[in-house]
Amino acid sequence: MSEKSEKIERLSVFKTYKLYVGGKFPRSESGRVYEVTDSKSNWLANAPLASRKDARDAVVAARKAFGGWSGATAYNRGQILYRIAEMLEGRKDQFVREVADAEGLSKSKAAAVVDAAIDRWVWYAGWTDKIAQVVGGGNPVAGPFFNLSTPEPTGVVVVLAPQESSFLGLVSVIAPVIATGNTAIVVASEKSPLPALSLGEVLATSDLPGGVVNVLSGRTAEIAAPLAAHQDVNAIDLAGADDVLAKELEIAAADNLKRVLRPQPVDYSATPGIERLTAFLETKTVWHPTGSLGASGSSY
Amino acid sequence: MPTIASAAHALGDVTASDSMLRRFLHGLPGVDAVGLEARAASLGTRSIKTTAKAYAIDLAISMVDLTTLEGADTPGKVRALGAKAVHPDPTDRTTPTTAAVCVYPDMVAVAKEAVAGSGVKVASVATAFPAGRAALDVKLADVRDAVAAGADEIDMVIDRGAFLAGHYMKVYDEIVAVKEASGAARLKVIFETGELSTYDNIRRASWLGMLAGADFIKTSTGKVAVNATPANTLLMLEAVRDFRAQTGIQVGVKPAGGIRTTKDAIKFLVLVNETAGEDWLDNHWFRFGASSLLNDLLMQRQKLATGRYSGPDYVTVD
Repeated sequence: MSEKSEKIERLSVFKTYKLYVGGKFPRSESGRVYEVTDSKSNWLANAPLASRKDARDAVVAARKAFGGWSGATAYNRGQILYRIAEMLEGRKDQFVREVADAEGLSKSKAAAVVDAAIDRWVWYAGWTDKIAQVVGGGNPVAGPFFNLSTPEPTGVVVVLAPQESSFLGLVSVIAPVIATGNTAIVVASEKSPLPALSLGEVLATSDLPGGVVNVLSGRTAEIAAPLAAHQDVNAIDLAGADDVLAKELEIAAADNLKRVLRPQPVDYSATPGIERLTAFLETKTVWHPTGSLGASGSSY
Repeated sequence: MPTIASAAHALGDVTASDSMLRRFLHGLPGVDAVGLEARAASLGTRSIKTTAKAYAIDLAISMVDLTTLEGADTPGKVRALGAKAVHPDPTDRTTPTTAAVCVYPDMVAVAKEAVAGSGVKVASVATAFPAGRAALDVKLADVRDAVAAGADEIDMVIDRGAFLAGHYMKVYDEIVAVKEASGAARLKVIFETGELSTYDNIRRASWLGMLAGADFIKTSTGKVAVNATPANTLLMLEAVRDFRAQTGIQVGVKPAGGIRTTKDAIKFLVLVNETAGEDWLDNHWFRFGASSLLNDLLMQRQKLATGRYSGPDYVTVD
């Protein structure tokens, strides 16, 4: 039909990938971007190339968010983590496409990865109000005291996301950090940052307070160095650092005694266990005297 | 140093009567609000790095009037503030001292003792701060009380009600009376620019204050919604520059309230340098009225010294 042949082709609308810092979506302060390609080196998009000042801003945002997030009830945190899974479910197609491009997977394999990542949020959502019972509790002591241990979040945690597993690996390192009440600065996979930057959009619409998770993309070594040395960061997960970088960062992190989780081979498709949950928890132990109440000497 | 009498002489006898003062103040050129704000914003875009930044940070620290003006101020808090003014960063003794501590009159004696022998001055707000709604006798008694307790500087508030009602002579006479009561103490005159509504009023208030013998003109009390902004500070800097050009008398400027980051402070220093000039880049002529600013300056100073970003754990909680 003549009508059809005259139809104007729609202009493509490209997405501008941006950082996610303090609940907002800024471009890099430096104004820089870098080209992100798929596994066959075809151009996908430009991603922001974050600078150390973006990293600094992210720490400020994460510190600001820490009080509210760590003070929220574990039950509330669990609901919000579950909400993230709900939101991801609704945008599954986008993530399947991004993961397929990033990791060179077939559509069905990418879909399986995204499903596993969504399930991972649900898994950690369930842990938020149970971890205290597993790693804390009343300790038996020989004396007129209660002795109670409770886990508390470490604080602001820098997470270097795994370089290869751009989405399932990413979720597997972020979720345990925030499940326990920490706030996170995530340095996305250098080669495949797009799923991480899109995850920021999901987090922003999941009732997660701004600043609890901050996503930076760029050169891992460039962003990680000032973060590892930052005096207001309490811990660092080196999952996405190679051996040389990990060593350097660990030395820098020693200055203010940051907790360091060294890189280790992980199968992200397997059920995670609670190692990552407990890696960024501190144990607070309190003693409370129980005086004797009667002539019998009973202490209760 | 030229005296007040010569100031009036240079400008003609503009303070001889209410009508002459009004004619003079209303004869000041109107302020181009858009141009003023654009100028202030463009001066805020200067990039100050490395050694220049280190210089600016130390200069800014030396210009801070470390302030606590709360109903809940205790002698202990004032002593802690004094200790911080003398050694802002106890881990680095090369840090300059702040210019002064700023407290309510009843805390002057405590503050004086806390900073004794350090060169840090004690400034006291007076004249029924922050509202200024009291009879002149009460205000003067407030000032004398602070001076008797040993205040080196007096921060007075003008009667904004009288100013806005157009009773300029009343405001003028009050400043003159407070100046006299202050004796040797330097007098800072607070206009509360957030309550003056227009830039024209800020310009008029600046000239009025300087004619009446202010040693410093100060933007705000820090107790209202709008405090020091780059634009209103720029306007006051222009006023002190022009006043010195006409009378030979140099007057200081003190923006107060709302300046919280090193970046902001450096923007103000750029304004000073580009407007009033280098003569004002000294804590005798320019001050920051602030409390939380000092911590950010110290964190930036630590960052420059060590190369690592510092955090709030490494400065005191006030």
